[in-house]
Amino acid sequence: MSKVKRRNGFLVSLIIPVIFVVLWWVIALRVDNPIVLPYVSQVFALLINPMGELISMGSLLSNVIVSLIRVLVGYILAVLLAIPMGILMGYYSSIHDLFNNFLGIFRPIPPLAWVPLVLAWFGVASFATLSGVEDGQLYIWLNNLKISMVFIIFIGALFPVLTSTIYGVRSVNKTLIDSTLVLGANNREIFSKVLIPAAAPSIVNGMRTGLGVAWMCLVSAEMLPGSISGVGYLITHAYTLARTDIVIAGMICIGAVGALLDGVFRLFENRKFKWQSMAR
Amino acid sequence: MQDEVLSINNVSKTFVTEKGLGVCALDNISLSIKENDFICLVGPSGCGKSTLLRIIAGLETAGEGEVLYRGNKILKPGKRRGMVFQEYSLLPWRTVLGNVGLGPELAGEPAVNCRKIAHEYLEMVGLEKFAGSYPYELSGGMRQRVAIARALANDPDILLMDEPFGALDAHTRIILQKELLKICEANRKTIVFVTHSVDEAIYLADRIVVMTSGPGKIKELIDVSISRPRGRGDQSYGKLSARILDMLEEEVTGNSATPLSDQQEELRKEVI
Ligand SMILES: Nc1ncnc2c1ncn2[C@@H]1O[C@H](COP(=O)(O)OP(=O)(O)OP(=O)(O)O)[C@@H](O)[C@H]1O
Ligand SMILES: [Mg+2]
Repeated sequence: MSKVKRRNGFLVSLIIPVIFVVLWWVIALRVDNPIVLPYVSQVFALLINPMGELISMGSLLSNVIVSLIRVLVGYILAVLLAIPMGILMGYYSSIHDLFNNFLGIFRPIPPLAWVPLVLAWFGVASFATLSGVEDGQLYIWLNNLKISMVFIIFIGALFPVLTSTIYGVRSVNKTLIDSTLVLGANNREIFSKVLIPAAAPSIVNGMRTGLGVAWMCLVSAEMLPGSISGVGYLITHAYTLARTDIVIAGMICIGAVGALLDGVFRLFENRKFKWQSMAR
Repeated sequence: MQDEVLSINNVSKTFVTEKGLGVCALDNISLSIKENDFICLVGPSGCGKSTLLRIIAGLETAGEGEVLYRGNKILKPGKRRGMVFQEYSLLPWRTVLGNVGLGPELAGEPAVNCRKIAHEYLEMVGLEKFAGSYPYELSGGMRQRVAIARALANDPDILLMDEPFGALDAHTRIILQKELLKICEANRKTIVFVTHSVDEAIYLADRIVVMTSGPGKIKELIDVSISRPRGRGDQSYGKLSARILDMLEEEVTGNSATPLSDQQEELRKEVI
């Protein structure tokens, strides 16, 4: 792609957002009730000052960071379980048969439906309770990581990653496995040299979806009792104070961070997996 | 008398299809293959040639009977029995060089050696310029040549080749046929080679196995005693060719009770 073309593409992609903001601007002035629809300038002021203290809950930035850590912990735990399990389930049909129906029942349950059960199990216990740390900065961080929240995020991210990993391994061309076997590969080498690289695009795609779902579970997770921080909580708390401008600023942050995380994955996919879209 | 490398004893194979029907692919095949033998398998499409190669490779188990490799029953694939597949089999995420060097890599050779060996064999199949390319950047025939280089780079004892030259133009095909004969002479390889081209079989083989249409049985075993290098214009060459074509025509059109599949129909046209 030429430079000019790319710049034009970028400009084109800006048209709709600009129209959107202008519409918001005009409608907000017409409505003239910042509780129903805050002015663009109000929200913008919050966004350009992300370190500023808000409704005695810390800054926008610090809440985003707290949320990000929660999501990443739940997500990483889910990925660590889902990928090895998916690879084994994809390759060995006996393991697939063993787990598939069982998991099939859990898969359609929305992560939010787990909330009552998770509260009954873990209540307000946090990773601080788990690790026995009782004071200091570390305690504050760990206490923010409620087990129930991490669990909800974990459940949300688990199934997309698991399903795509199984699918990726199952759809590996049999001839690739056979041709590597006749070159003298053992079972371990079949995994490392054929199954995992062949399934990688599908696995990474699942990881991308999983991270999206994990991020979406955030607001529901942060509405759980015991939470006193995070963008999800910030939004719900701001709502009770009729601070719609903070609600919208928080939503924009959730959207922007989610899109950013997705973009990182896409960049990686385009670079590493060109062979897949080109393979005939 | 040379050593027996492969002995195929009364091998039968029946596949069970998705619908639960049994398809008899091989019926009581027996064949003894000696050191440095060049065997060509010819037969109608679907007669079980690929299945036989896969059983020898250890990728499929024989339903009845057994295949012995140097006296030992074949239970699983091993690098002493290399195979070039009928369909594309290169790892699409590896470069051409990475694909050809895969065998040595699996054998634990250091990376430098793998690359050196891979370059050597790529040069042999005339693709050294494409070492850094990915398989999707090559034509079908070029990919097949890479697959051949990959099998050879692993230095197998037996080479099982399933229509390896099928996708090549006539000229490249003849060059590679010569190259293959040179390699077997130099490295004492035993080769089992499937082809649809009778001409190719006569040019290459010490012995030609003509198979019946499914279930595959051995219809005839022909010793090709024409001295090498074989001239395609020779009288004996033409005579043998006519004889084998007759046999195949009989198989495809004649006494077979089952209706012709599309592939068989195509082959029949090709043969006539
Ligand atoms: N995995 C399988 N399941 C069921 N049937 C199979 C399977 N593999 C092969 N067959 C059947 O076995 C028979 C022999 O197949 P095979 O691939 O060995 O033929 P072939 O001689 O190599 O044909 P071609 O010349 O077209 O490559 C065919 O009838 C095919 O339908
Ligand atoms: Mg075949």
